[in-house]
Amino acid sequence: MPVSKTGIQQRDRFLTKIHIDGWLLAGLLLLMAIGLMTIYSASGQDMALIKRQLIRLGIGLVAMFLLAQIPVLFYRNISPFVYGIGILLLIAVLAIGVTGKGAQRWLDLGAFRFQPSEILKLFVPMTVAWYISRVGMPPSLKTLLTALLLVVVPTILIAKQPDLGTSLLIASSGIFALFLAGMSWRIISVFTLLIGSFTPIMWLFLMKAYQKQRVITFLNPESDPLGAGYHIIQSKIAIGSGGWTGKGWLQGSQSQLEFLPERHTDFIFAVFSEEFGFLGVIGLLLVYGFIVGRGLVIASRSQFLFSKLLAGSITLTFFVYVFVNIGMVSGLLPVVGVPLPLVSYGGTSMVTLMSGFGLLMAIATQNRVMPR
Amino acid sequence: MAKQRQTIRDFSAESNLFLRRCLFAVFFCLLLIFVILSNLFSLQIDQFEDYKIRADGNRIKVVPVAPNRGIIYDRNGTIIAENKPVFNLEISIEEVPNLDTTLAALKKLLQLSDTDIARFERNRKRQRRFQPVTLKSNMSEERVAIFSAHQHLFDGVSVEASLSRFYPYGSALTHVLGYVSKINERDLNLIASWGAQSNYAATKNIGKQGIERYYEERLHGKVGYAKLEVDSKGRTLRVLEENAPIAGEDLVLNIDIELQLYVQSQLLERRGSVVVSDPRDGGVLAMYSNPSYDPNLFVNGISQKDYSTLIQNPDRPLLNRAVQGQYPPASLIKPHLALLGLEYQVVTAKTKIQDKGFYQLKDVEHIWRDWLRRGHGIVDIKRSIEVSCDTFFYEMAYKLGIDNIYEYMSQFGFGEYTNIDLLEESDGNMPSRGWKRAKFNQPWYIGDTISVGIGQGYWTATPVQLLDSINTIINDGQRFRPQLLRAIKQDNIDIPEALNEATPLQVLSPENWALVKQAMQDTVRLPHGTAHKAFRNATYSSSGKTGTAQLFSVGQDENVDDLIIADYLKDNAMYLGYAPSDAPQISVIVALENAGGGGSNAAPISRSVMDYWLGEKYARQ
Repeated sequence: MPVSKTGIQQRDRFLTKIHIDGWLLAGLLLLMAIGLMTIYSASGQDMALIKRQLIRLGIGLVAMFLLAQIPVLFYRNISPFVYGIGILLLIAVLAIGVTGKGAQRWLDLGAFRFQPSEILKLFVPMTVAWYISRVGMPPSLKTLLTALLLVVVPTILIAKQPDLGTSLLIASSGIFALFLAGMSWRIISVFTLLIGSFTPIMWLFLMKAYQKQRVITFLNPESDPLGAGYHIIQSKIAIGSGGWTGKGWLQGSQSQLEFLPERHTDFIFAVFSEEFGFLGVIGLLLVYGFIVGRGLVIASRSQFLFSKLLAGSITLTFFVYVFVNIGMVSGLLPVVGVPLPLVSYGGTSMVTLMSGFGLLMAIATQNRVMPR
Repeated sequence: MAKQRQTIRDFSAESNLFLRRCLFAVFFCLLLIFVILSNLFSLQIDQFEDYKIRADGNRIKVVPVAPNRGIIYDRNGTIIAENKPVFNLEISIEEVPNLDTTLAALKKLLQLSDTDIARFERNRKRQRRFQPVTLKSNMSEERVAIFSAHQHLFDGVSVEASLSRFYPYGSALTHVLGYVSKINERDLNLIASWGAQSNYAATKNIGKQGIERYYEERLHGKVGYAKLEVDSKGRTLRVLEENAPIAGEDLVLNIDIELQLYVQSQLLERRGSVVVSDPRDGGVLAMYSNPSYDPNLFVNGISQKDYSTLIQNPDRPLLNRAVQGQYPPASLIKPHLALLGLEYQVVTAKTKIQDKGFYQLKDVEHIWRDWLRRGHGIVDIKRSIEVSCDTFFYEMAYKLGIDNIYEYMSQFGFGEYTNIDLLEESDGNMPSRGWKRAKFNQPWYIGDTISVGIGQGYWTATPVQLLDSINTIINDGQRFRPQLLRAIKQDNIDIPEALNEATPLQVLSPENWALVKQAMQDTVRLPHGTAHKAFRNATYSSSGKTGTAQLFSVGQDENVDDLIIADYLKDNAMYLGYAPSDAPQISVIVALENAGGGGSNAAPISRSVMDYWLGEKYARQ
């Protein structure tokens, strides 16, 4: 049924009033629906799992909705403080944190456990955006170095836990903000070179044995046929056997048999590709592309530098999730524990992701009330 | 200040720069998406046929291969635990088109019983997904032949050859070797706590008792894997690559299987245990607990009926009495206490007392009777050991006090694990003031000490603890603790295992060892000794101590002979001895439950064991 123009305007006005960006919400809900469908298939039709995922998604949506109501100016003002608190928490984790799965990532707060590195995913781009918005863009070399320091400290603290995946995501979120702020191309090339030369140091001194093993496995999957290498091989078979149109929902033989590991979590993309084929994958990437595009539109439409940088950084980091996950599942990148955002089952990062979209919605809908 | 800066900022230039960067970011994202898509295009479209074949047709399956469990030998190289090839009928449930029809057809074809089907259903629930479930283990050759002829009718069903643990000497070695049995939930947790899940990926059984349990990690070995090409029905087409598992270590025990069988033959229907060791290194030559049971019952899953028979047997065959039986040590510890008295100079070699048949404290009405009603007359410490005079030891214990007794006997290992290589071991009880306070919230009474003086009261010890303590005396305080493992066999060469040594027991006067050992020798040698009769006409010299543990206290005025005592309240008969006296080669403990006097019941068994061992040895030389 066609909707009249005034109808659309009225709906938009209502959504703006409750600080929701309709297009973005539509994209997110579509992704969640795709995720639920694929989890249902990947878990061997496990309804209990679906229920748990629904609860998580609900919590994420509520968090998004609540955060969207808070004035962006408030976020800007608290940025340096929450950043400071975040750093203190990270130090606390290293000092007194709880060890889980071989890494120290948790603070035990009695009633629940809390992972400070998650909130830093938002605090770091917030702080960089706050800092740049104070001094203006493009940043001078001094500004740039100060801002980089703001990024590097939490990155190293998190890498030490050790949680390489999260620390890389946080580093890239800060660097995206700087890139969008107009950091000069010359400096970008210099840094690229520096990072290139830093890689061997990281290999020798910073990476843990299991992290090195992942890289070795990536370069030579046959070296570990019982472990991760086997997983990559099986994942590629699942994807490749999908063809143009896939084997159909619930029909993926690789996914339904034992061959595919971590089927409903990190490797869910392989299940999706097997069952929906290359065309399905294009559709999925269109949804992701749409969300990223919408995020960048929100960022560039925003009148306020802090909002622009924050929205841009959140959006691009979201894209990094997608790229890294699909890259690792399809054998382009080594296996790091990054879920396919909003599609993979569970993941502590779900609430953080949705909180980020809450900020994005706040920025999208509060444009007119922001001071220049 | 911030405001001032803002005034000189060019906001439209900022916006333009940001927009340019956004456009670049969009371009970059599109580029990455293009990379992803071209990679997926190559996987899903270009190489589709390849991957389709790999997914739908022949698949490569990596399966773990269980290592062969280490073999166990006795000290002379006789195999006492081995792996026997057996044929099992296994079902890959995921590959079977219709499980119910298949089961019904198999049942008819192979004449399987309802219990087989029931067991299968049970195992099926416990089995990890995508692992074949055993329908019938240990199939006869005839059944294998019948099935093979009809194999083409049964997709997903196959006969698999595997190795099954087998204990050729059955019940004779149960309490030494223990057994392996199916890995259960608790074992899985244990394996996880070792961090050995992947090493057990293909393993079905695990050591549950005895040597099999104690040396599980060494016997198990290291898992291997095979890369198989299988068709879509799960049938193996060929082995592509094999990384062979590494078999577990082959163990050589100190046990001499012939001696072990002889010991078993001596116990017949009697409840109790015999442990034989070599005092020169603590090696356990034989350890038998009666009644026993067949460990092979457990290997492929014991039936409910067999298990309840074992559990409900009042003689408790599952108990390893040699290390778990906790008995009052009774007179067996008189030599130890004599040493203590001499060490603390409560008595000397010359101290003599007049034994009237009982001991009484001043101003106390209670009397402690000697086992000999009329008393032993005038006795010194040596004779008190030989005739097992209780009165002498009542008085000595009173003078020593519980604190000294507790401290010294703890050094002998009482109340503590001997650390023999069996996890089933009990530690017995060496009572002390603190123990009684903690256990009963009662003070320690002098009467308690006096009972302890003849190894009664709260004091309990396991046969293996007592044997360990006599070895300490034989070696003048040097301590080789009991050990079953003798060596590891590698390429037919025995690589000796380190001895289970403990800190030596220190004494002030070494001649006290000699006195005590002389007394034990004269217990056997002299006509008045309690073990003289049992060893009459032996061709070797031997030393020992009899013990008769009271499980039932006779009232102060009652006459034992007038009472008909229930069987389970009859005295335990015990004997602790070694031979030859001057250069001991074996030490023996015999502990029989409710058998009566130690000298007349336990000592003769010890004698025949010594006869057998020393006789056989002399004959061989």
